[in-house]
Order: sequence, then C-alpha cells, then structure tokens
Amino acid sequence: MPSVTNIEIPVIDVSHVATKFGQAVVHEDVTLSIHRGEIFAIAGGNGCGKTTLLREIIGLITPSAGTIRILGVDSRQLEEGNGRPIHRRFGVMFQHGALFSSFTLAENVAVPLREHTTLSEALIRAIVAAKIAMVGLPSESAVKYPNELSGGMRRRAALARAIVMDPELLFLDEPTAGLDPIIAAGFDDLVLSLKSLLGLTVVMVTHDLDSLWRIANRVAVLGRGTVLGIGTMQELSRSDDPIIREYFRGPRGRAASEQAAWNHNGPHT
Amino acid sequence: MEQQATISVEDNVIRCRGSWTLPNLSRLEQRGRALRWPETPTVLYDVGEVTAMDTGGALILQRCIDGVRHKGQQTALQGLKPEFDELLRKVEVEWSRPEGSGAGRGMSWVERLTRAVQSRQVSTIRALAFVGESTIAFGRALIRPRSIRWRALLRIVEVDGVRALPITGLLTFLVGVVIAYQGAEQLRKFGTNIFIVDLVGISLLREIAPLIVAILIAGRSGSAYAAEIGTMKVTEELDAVRTLGISPMNLLVLPRAFGLVIALPLLTVYADVVGVFGGMLIALGELNVSFVEFVARFEEAVPVRHLLIGLGKAPFFAAIIALVGCYQGFQIRGGVDDVGRHTTISVVQGIFLVIVFDALCSILLNWWDL
Repeated sequence: MPSVTNIEIPVIDVSHVATKFGQAVVHEDVTLSIHRGEIFAIAGGNGCGKTTLLREIIGLITPSAGTIRILGVDSRQLEEGNGRPIHRRFGVMFQHGALFSSFTLAENVAVPLREHTTLSEALIRAIVAAKIAMVGLPSESAVKYPNELSGGMRRRAALARAIVMDPELLFLDEPTAGLDPIIAAGFDDLVLSLKSLLGLTVVMVTHDLDSLWRIANRVAVLGRGTVLGIGTMQELSRSDDPIIREYFRGPRGRAASEQAAWNHNGPHT
Repeated sequence: MEQQATISVEDNVIRCRGSWTLPNLSRLEQRGRALRWPETPTVLYDVGEVTAMDTGGALILQRCIDGVRHKGQQTALQGLKPEFDELLRKVEVEWSRPEGSGAGRGMSWVERLTRAVQSRQVSTIRALAFVGESTIAFGRALIRPRSIRWRALLRIVEVDGVRALPITGLLTFLVGVVIAYQGAEQLRKFGTNIFIVDLVGISLLREIAPLIVAILIAGRSGSAYAAEIGTMKVTEELDAVRTLGISPMNLLVLPRAFGLVIALPLLTVYADVVGVFGGMLIALGELNVSFVEFVARFEEAVPVRHLLIGLGKAPFFAAIIALVGCYQGFQIRGGVDDVGRHTTISVVQGIFLVIVFDALCSILLNWWDL
C-alpha cells in the first residue's frame, strides 16, 4: 500500500521520448509526468501512439530516444526480469484481456501470486476469491475458462489479475472499448471504487469520452508526435488547439460533455 | 526499508504491527499458526500499529478474527485506521464462501468413466457426421466439377505434393538402402543374390513406399490442415466464410482432400522409383548385381499388380489424412492449447488409421490371392 509520500515526486516520468518504427515516426517528443493517486488518461486519435506510449512505460518496447522512469526505475531496466520487484508493484490490463486460455479464471488470477509469493494455498485462494468479488464477477465463474466468459467478464477477469498483487500502479489499455454503455459505465465505477479501496494510481489509454469526463483526473492528448495538451477535461475543452477542439467538440464530444455537465449539476440548471 | 509484519499475544491482547502486505504475509501466516490464542471470553485485537494493509493482510486478520469467534469468544478491534476498515469489510465474506470445485475434481470413478464414454460417443457421432457431410460434398463436386475450386486445389498439390518431393525422396531412398542391406546379408548366405530384386521391388512397391509417404504426409500436411482450419475458427474467419454464403466444406475441405488424393499417388510413384534406385545401388555394391541384371530381373520378378496395389492404396491414405486433419481442425474451439492438442491428434489418428487401413487391405488381398 502506498503510504503518504511526497506528492510532488511523479510516479511516472516520461521525458522527451521519441519512437520510430523504421521510417514511421510515432512520437517525436513526448514529455509528461503522472502523480501518485490520480487517474491519468492518455487520449488522442487512432494511430497517434497511445498504446505504444503505454507499452513503453511498462517496458515492453524501448523508445528510440528519451527516458521513462516508472516508480523511480528506468523503464529500460524492466526488460527480462531485472525489474522483478517493480513488476510486483504495477498491474496491467490488456485490451483483449490476454487471459491464459488453458487456465480457469481463478488460476489466471492466481498466477502472479504463485509466481512471486510463497503464500499458503488457502490464502492464495482467499485472495483470488476476494479479487474476483471486488471486480464484480460471480464466484461461480471462477472455475470457467476464458473462452466460456463474455467479453465484459473477460475484461473484469483481466482486471482482477492486474490487481491481485495490490499494485500501486494500474495500467488499463482501452478498458471500455467494445463494452455496452451500461457495462462501460459500470467499469468506470469499478475503477473508481478500486482506486479508493486499494489506493491505486491509474493510467489508462482510452477513446471513451464518457469515461474521460467521468473518472479521469487529468488527461493528456497525443497528436502530431507530441503532447498537444494536458490537464483536466474542463481545461482541455477550452483549448485552442484545432486537433483537441476537433476531438472534444465533435458531435460525440459535445454529447459526452453535456452528459457530464448534466450529471454534475442536475437537470434543472 | 519495509517494516516486518508481526502478530503477538501480550496480556491477552493480540497485537498486530507493521506492514501487512504481500511480501510479509507468508511469514505472518506461519507466526499466526504458532500463536497460543488467549482463552478469555473477549479477545481484544490492537491493530493501531499496523502501518499498511493490503487485501491479503486484511484476509489474514479476518481469518484470525473468524477463528476466535468460532470458538465462541467475543472479539473487539481497536485502533483500526479508517482506510483499512473498508478493505476489511470488503473481504469479510471471502473465507467463509465455499470454493468452487474444478470440473473433474471430487468425481467418483464411475462418474468419470461415464463422462469419458459419453464424450467418446459424442465425438464418434460427430466424426461420422463429418465423414457423411464430406462424402455428400464429394459426390456433388463430382457431378458438378465447376464447383470445385481448382486454384485452391492446385495450390494444395503444389504445397503438399511438389514441395514434399525432397523429403519423401530422401526418406524412401534411405529405406530402400536399408532393406537391401538387410536382405543382402541373408541372400549371400544362400548364394541367391539375384533375389534382392524381388525383395526390394515387391516390398517397396506394394507396402513400404506408400506407407512411408502416407506417414510423412500425415505429419507434414495433416497437422497443417488441422492448425490452419483451427486458427481460422479461433479468429472467426470460419464464421465470416459461412456468413458470406460460402460452404467451408467446399472452400477448405474439398480442395485439400482432392488435392491430396491427386498428390499422394504421384508422390508414391516417385518414392517407388527413388527407393528401388537405393536398393539397386546396394545390390551393385554388396551383391554384384549390375543395373542391367537388376532391371531385367525386375520385369519378370515383380508383376505389375504390386505397383497397382501400392498406388491403389495411396488415394485412400490421402483421403484419410485430409479428412482427419480437417475434422480435427473443425473440432478446435477457443483456446491456444486446443490448437496444439487437435493438431497432435490429427497426426496420431491419421497415421493410426492409415496403418489400420493398410492392414485390412493386406488381409483382404491375401484372401483374394493377389
């Protein structure tokens, strides 16, 4: 659990990151920092390198230039097990769940515990059951295999696996993509409640304007290989940058912002 | 830098201290087990000095409290920090909840046997249905040859026939060499060197070359069919094919089956030639039977029916391999490990059925004195 430390030291510090795949330039110069205890969203159009940035932060891809520090460690050192103590301190939920298809849900959730701890079988089972309950899955689903679960359930199962070690940092890659609006809203609530319960810092990549308005404390909009704007949704929605305006004031953006205002102020104002 | 987590009994008060988080829990569990619990009617827990607590830590505390309550003692919690309170309440039920038992666990052997028989039954019926469907599709295609996808079929002939030439050639050449060597040893003792021709010719043409080719192709192509079709199923490509109004049978199974039925006899002819050539080399080296003598003897010693019987079996082998491979591919559902399992089954079943069919042929042909 994170004790209250100096709030000024960023949990994640991305400075002057550039990424090139052959001729294709994804990022030219990306700089941002994420603070403890916030829900930070990375937004932007398709192909602007949101997921690439996420994968760089968690050490799956090495940036062409620049440095990324996660929990005080250079992300380059995360590769190949060097960063094992760090790996225990963050959880990742991949876009399609990435559950191991030969394991049941409970076995999937238990994998990090079995790999990284020497707890008793009974305690592992209890922790797994607690996490499955926390993400709102019925306990009967614990013995099911991933291909027997619906898309929304698989997403929740992946979340349960990501938080099973009680990480300080939780990464979500497009958590609500492809979910119906009710389940997506439920997922947003789930992230909020887990954040307060476990004291998480959440970093998410998302297109979902509703969840940007509802749960993100701060949002970074990527585009043209750099960070176009960073701040709360209110700040960003007043931005002059044409791409950000397009992104947030398009028909869908307006609907989501009106909805957010409605939720905030009630129908009579 | 991390604080240890401790639990101890002092003056009938259970004192919990330190950081109750995952790295420390394993030791905490052991300590908790070794503890002598107080026997007073009310047990007081002092958790004021717990600096950190995660889900696992909360579960252990909860279990301690539950255990004491179970013995009929009262419990009281003192000094719990509000941020841990919510977590503790959240996990309260988890120990008491019955664990779901995995499928197959705790079943009697009768039940397991019943399930095994039932699943066998289901898979037998499915396999029969598949054979039926493909036979119908086969018949339709023969009536209307236009509906055959010739391009796909020719591609199968190329990939599974032409590209298999080097490996089939090498293998049957070596088998020809081996047979000739073994025969030469015995024949020399009797001075009947020229019979090497009968030995190599008949065994290769009639049995060994078709069988070697079939086994090789089962491993090379049968497995590929299963994996290809299975992966298409996993990635929903098969569903896309169906919704586009194309029959997977026509698109995937028929070209593979027809293609292999054409390719396998051709491969067998090639294998015959190369295998006999291997035998000829050894006959020359070990038994001084010249190529001319060998070929002259071949014409009278090896009746053409042996060649025809060998070639006649090849299309059936081909059909078996292709259908088993495709069938196993269609049986794959969901997972990654499923692809591996059914690919393995396709090879094992393919080879098994090929050999069974070959044995049946031998028995029947023996009855008919061929």
